[in-house]
Amino acid sequence: MKISCDEATKICDKNQYGEASLWDKIKLNFHLFLCKKCGLYSKQNTVLTKCYEVHKNANNEASHCLSEDEKKQLEKGLKAKL
Amino acid sequence: MSLPNKHILSPTKWIELHADYLYNYTISRINNHDLAKDLVQDTFFAGLKAKDNFQGKASERTWLISILKRKIIDHYRKINSAKGKAEVKMNFYSDGDREGEWIEERVPNSWNSEVEKDIENRELSEAIEKCIDNLPEKYAMVFRLKTIQEFETEEICKELDITSSNLWVIIHRARTQLRKCMEDSWFKN
Repeated sequence: MKISCDEATKICDKNQYGEASLWDKIKLNFHLFLCKKCGLYSKQNTVLTKCYEVHKNANNEASHCLSEDEKKQLEKGLKAKL
Repeated sequence: MSLPNKHILSPTKWIELHADYLYNYTISRINNHDLAKDLVQDTFFAGLKAKDNFQGKASERTWLISILKRKIIDHYRKINSAKGKAEVKMNFYSDGDREGEWIEERVPNSWNSEVEKDIENRELSEAIEKCIDNLPEKYAMVFRLKTIQEFETEEICKELDITSSNLWVIIHRARTQLRKCMEDSWFKN
């Protein structure tokens, strides 16, 4: 039942993705009940998860592609080897 | 005897048909334009070299992706084993009486609650990007795959040939490091 801060925060991180097991969550909550430092970590982790979500959306809006010039370069390189 | 369903390779059309697709596949895994471009180029070259091994069972694109996948694993292995590889700073004692406890200077500090309200801010996104870029490459890559690209754990493990417990250790270290970085750069009281 007793886990270290390292393990507790690791479970907390896993839980941000909804992938902590029930037993993991029981151990985590027991630890959080006693440990203020990890309590703060857990609270901040929830905030960070929201931030990363915002960042994810901003990231996915940006388009990533090769320029026409770069494609021409690739074409040239490939033709030289054909 | 001709098999109607057999796929053939047409290298002269590769750039036109597959360059964008391969590039997008790569950039979602390796967040670096130049590196992604190089991997796409390497994939086409490797494809040319190996074109006699193509049996026509899979489509041309699937076959090229399978080559690219190996290039990505190779890249991951390289950043994972590079000499003097950068590690994240330790957040917890790793041995002794205090094993697993917070190292004092890494203990979370309370945050300026005003900043939390401003969560849609564009500058926030930039601050996050900066902090992710400060992570050692391996941690940045796995964190991005899981958090920004939202890949399934199983898929990341398969693509990078790592175990799930390995993945969670990497995510844990990345997130504790990022928390500290965001505290210092964004949430500072």
